[in-house]
Amino acid sequence: MRQATTLFDKLWAMHRIADSGDGAELLALDRVFLHERTGGVALKALAEENRSVRSPDRVWAIMDHVVSFREDRDRDESRSPGGEQFILETRQRAHAAGIGLIDTDDQRQGIVHVVTPELGLALPGMTIVCPDSHTCSLGALGALAWGIGSSQAEHAMATRSLRVQKPKQMRVCVDGVCSPDIGAKDVALHLIATHGAAGGNRCAIEFTGEAVSSMGVEERLTLCNMAVEFSAFTGVIAPDEATFRYIKGRKYSPQKEQWTQALDHWRALKTDAGAIFDHEISIRAQDVFPTVTWGTSPEEACPLDQDVPLDANPRALDYMGLKPGQCLSNLPIKGVFIGSCTNGRLSDLRAAAEVLRDRKVADGLRAVCVPGSRLVRKQAEAEGLDRVFKQAGFEWGAPACAMCFYAGGETFAPGDRVVSSTNRNFEGRQGPGVRTHLASPATVAASAVAGRITSARSVMGTA
Amino acid sequence: MRNTPITRFTGRAAPLMIDNIDTDQIIPSREIKSVGRDGLSDGLFAAWRYNDEQARHPNPDFILNKPGFAQAIVLLTGRNFGCGSSREHAVWTLKEYGIRAVVAGSFGEIFFDNCVRNGILPIIIDIKTVRKLAEHAGRDADNEITIDLEQQHLAMGDTGSGFAIGAYAKRLLLEGLDPIDLTLKDQSKIDAFEARDRRDRPWIYDGPV
Ligand code: SF4
Repeated sequence: MRQATTLFDKLWAMHRIADSGDGAELLALDRVFLHERTGGVALKALAEENRSVRSPDRVWAIMDHVVSFREDRDRDESRSPGGEQFILETRQRAHAAGIGLIDTDDQRQGIVHVVTPELGLALPGMTIVCPDSHTCSLGALGALAWGIGSSQAEHAMATRSLRVQKPKQMRVCVDGVCSPDIGAKDVALHLIATHGAAGGNRCAIEFTGEAVSSMGVEERLTLCNMAVEFSAFTGVIAPDEATFRYIKGRKYSPQKEQWTQALDHWRALKTDAGAIFDHEISIRAQDVFPTVTWGTSPEEACPLDQDVPLDANPRALDYMGLKPGQCLSNLPIKGVFIGSCTNGRLSDLRAAAEVLRDRKVADGLRAVCVPGSRLVRKQAEAEGLDRVFKQAGFEWGAPACAMCFYAGGETFAPGDRVVSSTNRNFEGRQGPGVRTHLASPATVAASAVAGRITSARSVMGTA
Repeated sequence: MRNTPITRFTGRAAPLMIDNIDTDQIIPSREIKSVGRDGLSDGLFAAWRYNDEQARHPNPDFILNKPGFAQAIVLLTGRNFGCGSSREHAVWTLKEYGIRAVVAGSFGEIFFDNCVRNGILPIIIDIKTVRKLAEHAGRDADNEITIDLEQQHLAMGDTGSGFAIGAYAKRLLLEGLDPIDLTLKDQSKIDAFEARDRRDRPWIYDGPV
């Protein structure tokens, strides 16, 4: 009898070229994605070493990190001083290398991890690398996707392969169903808070359980996005009918006979009964509440109606301007941000808009929403969500990473307390001295309305 | 061959015993001003190293600003060093500054790999031992550390420790090899894989692009 294997084992075996000694194996790569912030560097280095991109038609560069998010930005405009040269360099190098390019003014443009699933560039069963840590998002489709460094990106482009040590495996099962106001972000923060930011232990994590299979694909992307904040090698979710519906008909998805053929292939991508994982964790959906971070690591999080722990790390509290035992809910805030590869998709904007409809953000608060891609933005506008955001007092930006990370340029002021739908609350992540609280888009929207950290439940009166 | 081979060396070590130093602390985003791998070392630990980052006023309390420690070639640090963003600039910055090895309780995974391919030796040892070394190093910049990659051993004063490192990583570091050249030796295996795979999964190779 064949040994029971995991989804991850299958993805790995399908791409294994050779044993390359020392516990590592040479894996074939199906796609390499780049963004201008790290991709331009890799393309430049490759060219300077006189190496060529081996399969340029399977490499795509997408502009997102330092691109301006001003609504009527110019083609080369960056939000950070000196950022234009990353845009120009990447454009020029991408043309020279003959790889796919989604430029700042392209109708397909947006954050790489948002764009690649929605265009069908990322598909189940693929190996995908990108010099960006949140590449793990794409595991939500049943792909084996992970973040690499620039030199590895050079290696990936020059050889269409990477030498990788097979990671240990973990299964995270989310049992039961979440209540409707709980987002995938809350689940991720709850998991990280419960098991620590190192809890993923470099494992490839398969997310399973009723709560996961009942999530839409966009929510699964959010969950897998946070896998790297849990110190996972990557996250992966078995593709199912919801995944196939999501993919079908996308711009670069397989068509006709290839679609049927691919579908057959994808249906086999799941963990066999009895397969063994190195670690198993399970959390109960009913234990997940609207969650917010209070410190400077994503593990420093708790349900927002709870207090800052008494034994909290003093360095983090000092940075965040908080005291042990202080109540999180009702903390006054100066700004909010909705966007990023974590929570910048249509379903995220819908969840926020539901809270914002016929409401206004608190006086003196800066509220910014930047859709994750032009396609998201267009769909949101078709549903009238842009009006909801604008009428509430939000800025409505042009797709980019925007205020998810600081790269010089304009941002919130030092000391400002900000609630953000992003994935990292490290010191200075959103700007020098900016105090970031991570939360779901619904919580961010509710906090914007209240001018204080609060849940959608309390703003919408269904507490 | 673009890295300097590492075999055995002796030099100064700077203790920076904080856990979870992320790549943005090593080199803040705002310090990355050009598309390239150089001109970075001024920005190393900028937020801690300068009282005024713009004017580059050194913070006298920061270890690299203390007498003798600016010449450190080894960094001693806590757990999870190099976590956070995968930006390789963190490693290039350390390399340009002159750091040849980082000794830590543990490392961010991508950071660890980036070290190896860029010719910096990342050493994981028991955190208690790192603390001992750090104490010793901190007492006097002249307390030098000796690292022997061939023997997988390090020593400073009366503290010594062996360390584990994978054979591939060791070979790259010892020989200063470029991983791409090493892989291209397996070109025929890659070609054979693709020829086979193209039949099984044609949509990967000639989809509607
Ligand atoms: S949105 Fe933020 S986390 Fe996502 S890729 Fe951009 S900078 Fe990174």
